[in-house]
Parts: sequence; C-alpha cells; structure tokens
Amino acid sequence: MSGRIGMPSPWLLLGPMLVVVLAAVGYPVVTTIWLAFTDTRLMAGPGSAHWIGLENFAYVFTDADFLAAAGRTVYFTLVSVSAEALLGIAVALLLNQEFHGRTFCRALLVLPWALPTIVNALMWRLVYQPDFGVLNAVLSQTGLIGSYRSWLGVESSAMNAVILADVWKNYPLVALIVLAALQSAPAELYGAATLDGANAWHRFRVVTWPIIAPPLLVALVLRSIEALKVFDIFYVMTHGGPASATKTMSFFVYEESFRFMRVGSGASYALIVVLICMVFVGVYVRLLKRQEAS
Amino acid sequence: MVRRPFATVLVYLGVALFLVTTLAPILWLGVMSVSLPADLTDKPLSLIPKHIDLSHYARLFTFNANSLGEAFLMALRNSLLSSVGATVIALAVSVPAGWAFSRYRDGRVATVLYVILATYMTPAVALILPLYFLLSALGLLNNVLGLVIVYCSMLTPFTAWFIKAAFDAVPRELESAAAIDGASVFQTLRRVTLPYARAGVATAALFAILLAWDDFFYALLFTSNQNAKTLTVTIADFAAGRATDFGLVSAAGLLTALPPVLIAFVLQKSLVAGLTTGSVKG
Repeated sequence: MSGRIGMPSPWLLLGPMLVVVLAAVGYPVVTTIWLAFTDTRLMAGPGSAHWIGLENFAYVFTDADFLAAAGRTVYFTLVSVSAEALLGIAVALLLNQEFHGRTFCRALLVLPWALPTIVNALMWRLVYQPDFGVLNAVLSQTGLIGSYRSWLGVESSAMNAVILADVWKNYPLVALIVLAALQSAPAELYGAATLDGANAWHRFRVVTWPIIAPPLLVALVLRSIEALKVFDIFYVMTHGGPASATKTMSFFVYEESFRFMRVGSGASYALIVVLICMVFVGVYVRLLKRQEAS
Repeated sequence: MVRRPFATVLVYLGVALFLVTTLAPILWLGVMSVSLPADLTDKPLSLIPKHIDLSHYARLFTFNANSLGEAFLMALRNSLLSSVGATVIALAVSVPAGWAFSRYRDGRVATVLYVILATYMTPAVALILPLYFLLSALGLLNNVLGLVIVYCSMLTPFTAWFIKAAFDAVPRELESAAAIDGASVFQTLRRVTLPYARAGVATAALFAILLAWDDFFYALLFTSNQNAKTLTVTIADFAAGRATDFGLVSAAGLLTALPPVLIAFVLQKSLVAGLTTGSVKG
C-alpha cells in the first residue's frame, strides 16, 4: 500500500507519537534498568551513583518484607479479579434479561466505573469508618454484629475490605464488556439449543460461553495488570497498614524510593514488579491463543 | 422465550440487589455531604438526613487566601488544565499515527502498534524515578506542564488504538475520491477522514480526559502545592488530617466525581463499543 502515489512514508505519520512515547516511556524504562544496578540515592544527585552490579537484586530475593508484599499483591489480584469475573458475568447475564427499567440499570453500570479511584477509596473509607461509619451502623442496627468493628484497622479484615471496595468499582467494566458480547449473540442459536432440549446450564456452556470468553479474557488481562500495579486505593484507604497488612509491591517501591530514598534498590524492586506483570500477561496470552485455536 | 413466574421473581430480586449495592454507597456519600456533623455521629444513625446543610459546598466554592476553598478551586483548575492539555497533545500525535496504523499494511507498522500497547502494561513505579529526575532537571516539578508531559505517556496508547479503530470504519473509496481530486494526504485526512470518524475521535478524547482525571500516583509525587496539585491529591489531603470533616470530604469527592460520571453517562454507548472493539480485536 505504501507504494500508492501520494502516500507519505508511515514513519512521517508515526514520528510525533513515537517521540512522545519514547520520551515518556522508553527513556524512563531504560533509565530504571540502569538505576537498578546502581546505589543511587534520591537527594545525593545522579553524579554520586556507583555501579554495583547485581547487589540490589541479590537483596530483592532475600527480602522477606518484599516477598510478603509480592504475596499480598498476588492475593489481591487473584481474589479481586476472580470476584470481578464472576460478578461481571452474573450481572451481565442478569441485565441481558428482559425486565422493566433495563435501560436504566445498564446506564447505572457505568457509574462505579467512572468514579475516580481516589473518590471510590475515600467513599469506602468513610463507609468503613470505625466509630461513625455507615457499615457499622447498618450492621449493628439490624443485629448482624454486636459491636462496632474497625474494618480497615485490623490485620484480619483490612485486605478483604479493600478488595470489596475495588471489586465494587471495577466489576462493572467486566460486566459491560460481557454484556456487549451477549448482545451480539444471534438469538437463533438459543432457540435452536432450546429446541434440542438443552437446559439453562447447557445453553450457557455451549452457546453463551464461546461468545463471551474471548472478550472476557481480554477484560481480565486489563484488570489483572491494573491489580498488580495497585497503589492508589491502598494509599487512601489504609496507607499500607495496619502493620504492613496491606502493603503492596507498588507501595513498597514507593517507600523504598521516596521515603527511604534508596532509588537504586527501588528501581530493582520496580523491575521485579514488571517481571511479575509479564508472567501474568504471558499466561493469559497463552490461554487466549489456545482458545482461538480450538 | 416465555419466562416462568419463578424465574421472573428471581430476575427482579437480582435487579433489586444490583440497584441497592450500586446506589447505596454513592447515595450515602451524598447524604454525608449535606449532613450536619452532629447528625452523622448520632447513635443510632439515621440514614435519612434530618437537616439539609449545604455549607460544605459553600466552603469549597469560596476563594479566600489559604482557605480550603482556594485549595479546592486551584486543584480543580490544575486537574482541568493537565487532563485537557494532555488530551490535546495525545490527539495531535494519535490522529496521524492512528491513520498510519489503519492504512498501512506493513509488518513494522503493526509491530509499532503492539509496542505502543505494551507500554500500557508498564507499571508507573518503573517509570516514576527517571521521570522525577527528568522533570526536576527541566524545572517542571510541581508544574502543570510537567504533568501534561507525563500524562501524554498514559493517554497516547489508548487514543492511538481508539482512533485506529475509528479510522478502520471510514470507507477507503471516500479517501480515494479525494485523492483523485488532487487532495494531499493531509488534506484528505482533515476534510474527509476526520469528519467521517469524528464520533470515534471524540470518544477517544473523552476517554483520555477520564484517564488523566483519575491519576493520583504521578500527581502525588510530582506536585507539592497549589501550583500544580490536582483534585485527586487535594481531596486525599483533605481526608488525611486527624480530625477529618466527613461532610467536606464527601462534598469534595462528589464534585471530583461529577465530570467523569457525566462524561461516562453521555458516552455510555460509544464507550462500550470502543472497549469491545478494542477487546475483541486485541
């Protein structure tokens, strides 16, 4: 096509975008890789850094605190993304039924998703508030709990309380994508399956699932990447506490670099985060390819 | 298909559950924003406000020096400038790039598209340190322009992808006709392709504003006072104090949520279409 008369080189058209992306992503990535092999500190200035080889990485893999943070992040990702998948499918199937007010309900689905992450985090922090929060009030006034609880203040419930807030905001994205796929499904398929005597579960497995699986998988890849990078919601809701119970990998890198000012070692932790993301994405891509092949 | 009565009851129960769980937290945020502090600490708590008090909103819209209102309004300005500014630049580079992605059947062009998309997968923590040094060297820390530059990196992959999808739907015959009439590529792009694809480009623009408006991490680290702090960082500050004023935080949160929520409602259909084209083809 580029041989057509009057068509400029594609690189002329791509050039401006490449400059922006290379400056804002390419350059930082390369620099972070370099920093990871140095002992750079935040206030000391770039000139004072020394090349220390793999020393930072040797420390990463023996750092129990970081491994614990990685474990928490993977727990957060697996639990919230699976909950988002299940709820997303369930609500999409529900909103695909015919009932009064369906259009309104579908419009409502974008509300949590459009709410800024920080507003969502603040909202749930107020809901969970130990002394005056509405959750304690509702649960105790209906007799479900005897006394007020500090949902975000104790190690046993803090992580799951944040997960609930995250799922509430993010499952609608999965539901929207699944719903759009459902609407593209030809009605005759369902009619034919019903005539063949298939029950609801059979119809779901044979007709619905193949239609929603590919877009669902892509939605889950997007959600997993977001979940592995998670920082904002924890910063506002728990600040990593109580006693590190909700400190995630991104939070760990943030503290290492900007609180303890160990930029070199912060960069090596950051690269580990990238690696973990790549492993997750790799698994999904493999699943997607297998699905397309079958 | 005719549903049995039992199934109909189940559907409406499900819908009721969906409505309550979706609306309750937001409605409560609204209740808090117009309640007197004393009413919120009542036991047992009343879920319907006894008095309506709009003073929190009034405090946010006052422009006295060193007031919360000033902090809020400056942050509103910074959020608007940084998200709209970044969106303008992202669109300016994405329109020609999106056209190239859509029109050139060249393996290397396709590779660039995937590399651009892969940048989305790079966690901000991996970029933040060099960007910090870079902005500091350029004197752009605590500066809205610095945020604009950083946000471009977040927005460009999305806008390029959306605009490519929008351009894919433009009939080639229209462009060929313009070319035969002697229009250059850039004239064709401006007079034929862009007007035809304007709905898709507008969706990309509003989606980009949503993304930039939502940012917290970059703004937290790259801004330090009212010169550049955005809304998300400012309301997190409001909530960080020891004696948090629930009503004020709720009012500020609702106002921060208003623009993206309105955009999402208006765009609902095309947003879903954009998301699914991306996901089905991705």
